Amino acid sequence: MTILDVKNLKKYFPIHKGLLRKLVGHVKAVDDVSFSVARGETLALVGESGCGKTTASRCIMRALQPSSGEINITIDGKTTDLAPLQKAELKPFRRHMQMVFQDPFSSLNPRMMVGDLIAEPLLINGMDNESERRARVRELLDLVSLPTAYMNRFPHAFSGGQRQRIGIARALALNPSLIVADEPVSALDVSVQAQIINLLLDLQDRLGLSYLFVAHDLSVVKHVSDRVAVMYLGQLVEIAPTEALFVTPRHPYTEALLSAVPKPDPRARQERIILSREVADAANPPSGCAFHPRCSFATDQCKSERPHLQDLGQGHQVRCHHARTLALQGVGPSV
Amino acid sequence: MPPILMVDLMTTSQPLLSVKNLKTYFALDDGVVKAVDGVSFDIHAGRTLGIVGESGCGKSITARTILGIVDRPGRIEGGEIWLTRQAEDGTPYQTDLLTLPLEGSEMRAIRGKEIALVFQEPMASFSHYYTVGNQIMESILLHTALGEEGARQRAIDLLGMVGVPKPERRIDDYPFQLSGGLRQRVMIAMALACDPHVLIADEPTTALDVTTQAQVLNLLQTIQKERALSVILITHDMGVIAEMADDVVVMYLGRAVERGPVDAIFYDPKHPYTKALLRSIPSITAKPRTKLATLEGSIPHPFARPKGCPFHPRCAEAIKGVCDRYEPVPIAQGEGRDVSCFLYGGQP
Repeated sequence: MTILDVKNLKKYFPIHKGLLRKLVGHVKAVDDVSFSVARGETLALVGESGCGKTTASRCIMRALQPSSGEINITIDGKTTDLAPLQKAELKPFRRHMQMVFQDPFSSLNPRMMVGDLIAEPLLINGMDNESERRARVRELLDLVSLPTAYMNRFPHAFSGGQRQRIGIARALALNPSLIVADEPVSALDVSVQAQIINLLLDLQDRLGLSYLFVAHDLSVVKHVSDRVAVMYLGQLVEIAPTEALFVTPRHPYTEALLSAVPKPDPRARQERIILSREVADAANPPSGCAFHPRCSFATDQCKSERPHLQDLGQGHQVRCHHARTLALQGVGPSV
Repeated sequence: MPPILMVDLMTTSQPLLSVKNLKTYFALDDGVVKAVDGVSFDIHAGRTLGIVGESGCGKSITARTILGIVDRPGRIEGGEIWLTRQAEDGTPYQTDLLTLPLEGSEMRAIRGKEIALVFQEPMASFSHYYTVGNQIMESILLHTALGEEGARQRAIDLLGMVGVPKPERRIDDYPFQLSGGLRQRVMIAMALACDPHVLIADEPTTALDVTTQAQVLNLLQTIQKERALSVILITHDMGVIAEMADDVVVMYLGRAVERGPVDAIFYDPKHPYTKALLRSIPSITAKPRTKLATLEGSIPHPFARPKGCPFHPRCAEAIKGVCDRYEPVPIAQGEGRDVSCFLYGGQP
């Protein structure tokens, strides 16, 4: 059952220049992105900085107004498109979709005690009875494995990992169906990162949550996700079940990304694929395929003709003219 | 621009830089933070030493201590840093950097010329008000006999060498006009400006995307081969260590808990912390949706540093009455290896 279905999502930011603030162009931060997330599933949205993954997730949360497209969310069997809704109309939907942020140091108000931080969403959504609220806060702290005695402390007393647990408890307060987690473990140390990854997997199994997991670290993504969507310059270039994407990537950009990840094994030192040049300017994307100036397989067709997302079967879609003929290298099957 | 290959230094078995029992403490209002507390290691010419650890382990302060640029209220409390240098007639000799006055002319001549540093966040370490050319030329003018014009030409050559496109135009750019990857390349060019023998790279790729990181790591490897440079690579990323380092120092709360060749660290780790750290790294070849082995608890606050072995409260193998009381010392485990842990002997 699909809980989130995004169709042709676009978010363009206008560029104004000069004294009269004349409109001179657009940054196409998200350019025609479509994907869906099923109930209980984790879809990872990966890509490098500036690829539009965070902008896409913010449009879905309706923290940003998308330029066009549909954001269909299904709650209790009823599907609604969030894209055209106004602020007041969105309120009843907010409790069903919550966000976990990257930096647990700046996303918790330092002047609020942990108990109040977690109770805040409950209070806003009409849980007026204080003892009921405190009971729920206790339940939530328990859920994220924090002692309930921590309720009366301020965030500064906690380490990064504990703060991220508080952030997760806050996100879970209203029993949401969908969690959008934007780089939830990238600010944490390795030993703590592992604890939070396990917690997220655990909570998903227990509560049947759906995750949209925005991340840049492909090793983390491999551990948490069922399917992966790779973005480049505002577009989805490949989407596939996790194992298929890592073992048999079909887009040259995905191949380069996988190759660039440093592997924690000194005996597996190998030649990395080094992409030439840098990511193009999203305000002035290259003609044809956006990746062609950095792609070692690019042909004349890639320079002139914009590729479409083509279906290769078994849920594997890729935006490349040559996807069917290229033999690309993955990371080897899972062990 | 002939690379200065110090043949004498290359052939001697003497380490180029030898750090012994280094201690750097920060006296704060709430107590003393022992940021670096008795760290020792050697670096040989042309090799890469990786220093790895999580936040607060003292890896960056170690780098800053070597260069004598610890910010107040930090103080270098003790230890020795022996740098092998070359006299004018070519004979090698050793100097203990800690005996030199920090602001003295000799230390200033070493900083940037013999030992150079690449910082983590290039945007925070460049000046916004000078062009990158100006900033590279500054150290060339300071350390060499080259004049304005010669220094500019050398800066252009350096930018070209680190793969900055159109260096003769880029040299007049300000740092904010460059992308993150280009800024880090300029930073490396700046560090190489005076042909240092030791390059300290403090998290040189942490702020970069993976594909840019791959470019910069490749660049570092190429430069190292060309110039027989010794590199101290400081990082939290075990993947970067595995790809780049010859020897590894694992740090935890100011201590070097384990030291050894890279293969031994990954395939035969001795210290319980190293073992746990390696187990908790997410793997790109893991089965989707597999849980990770975790290390209990979190890194203690620097003020609340545990008594005895700093790792004992999180250690599954801690020996009661020993690890929580006495501080372990490094115990040799064969050639170039040691581990600070009572499981491997040592008198409490």
